[in-house]
Amino acid sequence: MTKIWSIPGGIHPEENKSQSLQLPIGDIALPEELIYPLNQHIGVPATPIVEVGQRVLGGEKIAEAKGIVSAPIHAASSGTVTAIEDRTLPHPSGLSGPCIVIAVDGKDEFVEFAGCEDYLSLDHDTLVQKIRNAGLAGMGGAGFPTAVKLNPRANQTIYTLILNGTECEPYITADDILMQTRAEDLIKGTQLLARILGNPQRVVIGIEDNKPQAIEAVGMAAKDSNIEVVSFPTKYPSGGEKQLIQILTGKEVPSGKIPADIGIVVQNVGTAVAAYEAVRFGKPLIERITTVVGEALDTQRNIRVRLGTPIQHVLAEHGFVAKQASRLIVGGPMMGYALEQDDVPVIKTTNCILAPSKKELPPPRPAQACIRCGMCAEACPASLLPQQMYWYAMAEDYDKLEAHNIRDCIECGACSFVCPSNIPLVQYYRAAKGTMRQMAIDKEKSDRSRQRFEFRQARIAKAEAEKEAKRLARKKAAEEAKKKLEADKASGTQNAAPASNPAAKNDVVAAAIASAKASQATPEEQKARLERSLTSAEGRLDKLQQRHAEATAEMKEKLAAQIKQAELKLQDARKKLADFSPTDQATPGAVAVPASDSDDPVSAAIARAQAKMTMAPDEKLRANIESLHKRLQKAEEKLAAAKADNADTVDALQAGVDKLKAKIADNEKELVELGPVAAPQPAAAEQDAASAAIERAKAKAAAQASMSPEDKLRDQLQSMSGRLEKAHAKLEQAKTEGADTVDALQTGYDKMLAKQGKLRDELRALNPAAPELADSTLATAAAPTEPDAATAAIEKAKAKAAAQASMSPEEKLRDQIESLEKRLDKARQRLAKAEADNDENIDAFRAGVEKNEAKLQQAKADLENAE
Amino acid sequence: MYDLLVSHPFIAALSAMVALALVFGGILGYAAVQFKVEGDPIVDQIDELLPQTQCGQCSYPGCRPYAEAIANGDAINKCPPGGQATINAIADLLDVEAPTLDEEHGEESEVKKVAFIREDECIGCTKCIQACPMDAILGAAKQMHTVIANECTGCDLCVEPCPVDCIDMIPVATGLGDWKWSKPPVTHENLQLIASDKQPEKDGAAA
Repeated sequence: MTKIWSIPGGIHPEENKSQSLQLPIGDIALPEELIYPLNQHIGVPATPIVEVGQRVLGGEKIAEAKGIVSAPIHAASSGTVTAIEDRTLPHPSGLSGPCIVIAVDGKDEFVEFAGCEDYLSLDHDTLVQKIRNAGLAGMGGAGFPTAVKLNPRANQTIYTLILNGTECEPYITADDILMQTRAEDLIKGTQLLARILGNPQRVVIGIEDNKPQAIEAVGMAAKDSNIEVVSFPTKYPSGGEKQLIQILTGKEVPSGKIPADIGIVVQNVGTAVAAYEAVRFGKPLIERITTVVGEALDTQRNIRVRLGTPIQHVLAEHGFVAKQASRLIVGGPMMGYALEQDDVPVIKTTNCILAPSKKELPPPRPAQACIRCGMCAEACPASLLPQQMYWYAMAEDYDKLEAHNIRDCIECGACSFVCPSNIPLVQYYRAAKGTMRQMAIDKEKSDRSRQRFEFRQARIAKAEAEKEAKRLARKKAAEEAKKKLEADKASGTQNAAPASNPAAKNDVVAAAIASAKASQATPEEQKARLERSLTSAEGRLDKLQQRHAEATAEMKEKLAAQIKQAELKLQDARKKLADFSPTDQATPGAVAVPASDSDDPVSAAIARAQAKMTMAPDEKLRANIESLHKRLQKAEEKLAAAKADNADTVDALQAGVDKLKAKIADNEKELVELGPVAAPQPAAAEQDAASAAIERAKAKAAAQASMSPEDKLRDQLQSMSGRLEKAHAKLEQAKTEGADTVDALQTGYDKMLAKQGKLRDELRALNPAAPELADSTLATAAAPTEPDAATAAIEKAKAKAAAQASMSPEEKLRDQIESLEKRLDKARQRLAKAEADNDENIDAFRAGVEKNEAKLQQAKADLENAE
Repeated sequence: MYDLLVSHPFIAALSAMVALALVFGGILGYAAVQFKVEGDPIVDQIDELLPQTQCGQCSYPGCRPYAEAIANGDAINKCPPGGQATINAIADLLDVEAPTLDEEHGEESEVKKVAFIREDECIGCTKCIQACPMDAILGAAKQMHTVIANECTGCDLCVEPCPVDCIDMIPVATGLGDWKWSKPPVTHENLQLIASDKQPEKDGAAA
């Protein structure tokens, strides 16, 4: 005899099991409609895999398991899916939930079940999968998916498999009759489950001793196996999982743990049979044995019922008299729940439909005050303190309920059963448990809410801080800029002198503009003004040049540009003065003096030379000598200064000084020669000679100057050609656009051309062989600026100048004519080429040719005159 | 010295008291520095009890500010979402008499609600997103918004800013998942009457 243990507490309610055992298992007619709630088990509801209107056969899967803890659902008979909708559920809440509704066609056609003879040779996973696919869920009442229970975690080794045939609830005999009639299948199913669980050391079928027939049948079937069949004294609730474990093994499942944690798995006998059918015959869970009992029924028996059959239909089949029934209960009288509506279906967990009469199961009596008798504590199978829990549940003191282990309450109802005050204790516990569960959910949610809120606050604060930082940075930058501006202003007032520079320039420009515009003023005034502007421009140029000499290399470029500008201005002013002054008209060649870096002496020389034109030759020479002396003096001073400064212009200055000395000697010689010839020379010749002298002097002065005037002229030419180009482009554009500025632009362009011509003349005067002169293309005029070419040209020019100095005027003129002819030839060639190429600078070429011709003519006339 | 103390019990007592005061003062001073608790633990405890809807019905910008206010002596009955249960819990914590909910701040709602945006009416102005303390509204400018029902606390702060009034507060339907047994009706008469004195209502009405 196997040792059995005892559980604390427990009760002995009236069993009422014989009513349903009088008749054998019956079958009922197919209902018109089968209803399948998607959640017949504990866990995630199944997902429908059929559509409305689809025809299904018996045994066909109509809903698939969703996730691990879930079970599929199969149709119990053939028919058409009419709806997938919310229907009232067989649940204590009376709530509605999604159901698949099938209209039965009565043909009761089935899919072919794929059986397996040698199922014990299949591996664990295949067997579990088969059971899972059959949609098995605990048939004792809880409905936990069987496949999950048969798949314990790796760290849970199962030592004991218990088959629960206790069926301790009054009235229910479904398992009893199953064991009586299908003991063989039960044993096979038990062996299957044991196989799946890795053949535990102990396999026990526990049956209460109030089912002698079942014990006998199962004992007979299990005779040749290692399965123990254990009977134990009847006591409610020994069928509870934890209680049965305690009775059969003496072990207690720790609070908050599951049986698998102590190596035990408990399965209902009905589940074992269903598992056998599922694996052996491939038959899914589509029907079960349900006890239909109660005095409100004509027939009380166990029936094999298709899952999904409405309870209404079942009751109708058994002659249900609604008037007699006090209520309708699904499950037993202790733990079942009352139904409000009878249109709910039989599901996998429906082991009993109880329709008691009012006499049989009267409505609960009104609760009275707790008298603290303590009977509930004696009855509790879980050794809890129901009375204390009652008070705390009343006071909603959930912490205290927790402390009193309300979670271990199996809601068996023993306490309520024994309560002399008829207090519905279990309902208090159920409500409290529900509230606690809800509170836990709420707490979790509120924690998440807090977290989200705090995160949001932090995020907003961060964004705000970033904005603020940016704002501050901007503010700081603005303040710094302001400070800098103020500092600049302060330094600006201190450095008033440099600031006045542009002002001076502006003045000059304004003066020039004023003088240009002052055409209506009196000639004297105009002249005076022009002279003033000339002197101021000269002054400025002088200053700039001084600074240029002093300046460092990097500053030189800037200054050179400024000097150039000033020179241009000066030239302009001089030209205007020349145009204005009637005396200057006779010497057009001398008007546009090359702007040398020694403007002061040069302009003085011009003035003197112009004065000289009216003088006697000897006087002129004397004056020349005088001026040359002066210049020599100055040049020597400069040379000394340069030497002192160790400037790079020393050589040039030295050369200039030497030349000046040579010239003075020349002039003195000339004067000696001229001395006896007192007769005045013809005016024209005198003038020519004078102008030639002027030119020569200028050329010399320029050459002698610290910087090479040729270079300067070249620079000027270069910039001029650039400007010309620009002006030309503008003009062209204006022409194509037909702008009204064409005339103005044309005049400007012409003027520029004239200026360029003059510049070239000047350069020619300095150095007839200068490449710029030969090369009259405007765009490329700037090209030959290589120092070698330039110096070579300078040498040539010097040589020529020296040669000219010793030549007679006639020879000089001839020389000039000769060179002019050469140039004219070249220019003509170029013009022809330009015409052939359709060059855009053709006008310029033409003008150059014309000018050359005019000059040649003039030179020839001069020569004739001279001869 | 000893003689002095013996002959002048008053001085002896006084010096003993002073000595004790110094010793214990020193201990307390040390403890105050060594075992100083950062922050206000009571605020955290109160914050734990508040429902974290961040609805601002208490007139504070969120639950924690209200918890701080309570810690500084504000009334504990200004939280309608928490209701009487929260008030009781806070009263318990602070060991004060539990007042009833201050109706000025709103009424306790029996049913839990969540915001719902009628999405075809939403114009995508993002105003509700900015108002939501829970970041529970999803959407972008000119895009339809929607409420993440799981994260919504039902504070209804998004309803007011909506320019097209497309936000409803709808009660949360009770499903099987959150269904729970209800507590048996508590009838104090029942509990206090002697069973034989109890008159069934029906019978009373018939008689």
